[in-house]
Amino acid sequence: MKKKADEHSYWGGVFHRLKKNRLAMFSLIFLVVIVLACILIPILSPYGIEQTDSMAQSAAPSAQHWLGTDNIGRDLFTRLFYAGRISLGVALAVTALECVIGVVLGSVAGFYGGIIDAIVMRVSEIFMSFPFLIICITIVAVFGSSPMTLILVLAVLSWPSIARIVRGQILSLRELEYMEACEALGISDIKRIFRHLLPNVLAYVIVYATLGMASVILTETSLSFLGLGVSPPTPTWGNMIQEAKNILVIQQKWWYWIPPGLAIFSSVMCFNLLGDGLRDAIDPKLKR
Amino acid sequence: MRNYIIRRLLQMIPVFLGILFILFFLLDKTPGGPASNLMDPKMTPEQRAELAAKLDPDIPFYEKFVNWVGEAIQGNFGYSITHKKPVTEVIGDYIGPTFALALCSLIVALLIGVPCGIVSATRQYSRVDNILTVVSLIGISIPSFFFGLLLLKFFAVDIKIFPLFGLQDPLLMNPNFFTKLADYAYHLFLPTLVLGMGSAATFMRYTRSSMLEVIRQDYIRTARAKGLREKVVIYKHAFRNAMIPIITLLGLWLPSLISGALMTETIFALPGLGKISVEAVNARNYPLILGINAMLAMLTLIGALVADILYAVADPRIKYD
Repeated sequence: MKKKADEHSYWGGVFHRLKKNRLAMFSLIFLVVIVLACILIPILSPYGIEQTDSMAQSAAPSAQHWLGTDNIGRDLFTRLFYAGRISLGVALAVTALECVIGVVLGSVAGFYGGIIDAIVMRVSEIFMSFPFLIICITIVAVFGSSPMTLILVLAVLSWPSIARIVRGQILSLRELEYMEACEALGISDIKRIFRHLLPNVLAYVIVYATLGMASVILTETSLSFLGLGVSPPTPTWGNMIQEAKNILVIQQKWWYWIPPGLAIFSSVMCFNLLGDGLRDAIDPKLKR
Repeated sequence: MRNYIIRRLLQMIPVFLGILFILFFLLDKTPGGPASNLMDPKMTPEQRAELAAKLDPDIPFYEKFVNWVGEAIQGNFGYSITHKKPVTEVIGDYIGPTFALALCSLIVALLIGVPCGIVSATRQYSRVDNILTVVSLIGISIPSFFFGLLLLKFFAVDIKIFPLFGLQDPLLMNPNFFTKLADYAYHLFLPTLVLGMGSAATFMRYTRSSMLEVIRQDYIRTARAKGLREKVVIYKHAFRNAMIPIITLLGLWLPSLISGALMTETIFALPGLGKISVEAVNARNYPLILGINAMLAMLTLIGALVADILYAVADPRIKYD
């Protein structure tokens, strides 16, 4: 009985439709495996993150070191997953923070309208007109490149898109009859926004957040690649590829930079596929 | 329409000032200003104080901001500390490769992205559609620097048919206009490919979904019903309406194109804005950072405005008042 009820609930239906999308499910499983591997890497790997093997310096992949070692003999397979912790962790934190800022500001602007709306929209326009990459570079260079700065900078620069989506939705929802009923019942503004309006917008936020993860991973790795994101010795997928600025590395040491590149590529691709799949599952009418 | 444009231009002013203010505030509040890099350890304390006062006068923040904006309006963005030249001149020296790269990539992106999008939409769920969809997904998911490095490895290192870096061949003997142009094209080929493919993927996705929406509309059915050939229906009737969102995208794509160009430049070591931006940030060359940021912010705003205007021009149903 219970199972049947699940299928008829809103989210039950969404998951049911998502399950039929093979690419999206494959992406979901792939991402779960990657995340688990990043969390469990200390158990999975016999090597430590900074542990060096003096017998094998910049060694090609072998049975001992699956993805070879770097110049000072650190196991690159191990570092790849430690790097994933930072790259995925930063992306998750940025997306979460950006959604919180965006949802709060967007819903307040949409709900109250008038001068509050005008101010929020004008400020969001300012943030959207920032030359993104250069500003990131500037701020990170000025405040130093720790994961924390990076998270704050990226989140503060990217909240406007989600705020605009939420605002647009709230603007139309606000005019519906059930909101009149809320008003008649004397429900407080905060409750009306968070209990009665936002749940209807949640689906859009989830789709946005999934696709947002993809773009944050790309931005963070680009900055780290430029040497302006998280700096070594903390490994991230972006700064591992930095090694390939040396022409000899490009020529001879493919295992230095191709695995992190593939890691970025595959996780971004999976987030994109999952986001597309979620969008189709949430709103079947919109299906391409 | 004219009123709309004027109003939008006026609205741009506070937004632009807001951007400059935030930037100025951030740079002003940071420790280790430009002076710290120029200080010679052999200087006496008095000389240090004098230099610091010259570079960073001890007046309130807002006054500095007003002064700077006042000068900037007259086209004076100050002196680039490391280049010992006015900021505008430095930007002028390096903007060429960035713009050439952005423009070439845009053309490549349109020439590839739009036709692929149309083919993909008109044969939805066919094998061609599936292949193109997957390729475009790869295009938007691959980091540009990784794609660039892969191309470098295959086409410049393993089989040496393209140059590794730079914009000119230093060994080129007495170049005339055409050999020089050919040399530029040769050096820009791989960078254009990297940036162009990424944009082409986005354009293809937009074209496809816009086209799919249009060909389901009633007037297309009417066109087919009255016996028009499929080519005429698609390329004359559907295409025009499907292009409207793409025109908007062109304006909004400008900032991404420039950021992409900056990224691509650093991989292929082209002497463009990307190179001097990173250098300026590392040297804490604040006048140059502010100048580049102001210019790019202005471009972003103009891009958004042009997008809106083109939208109205392309679609007479849109009315601005």
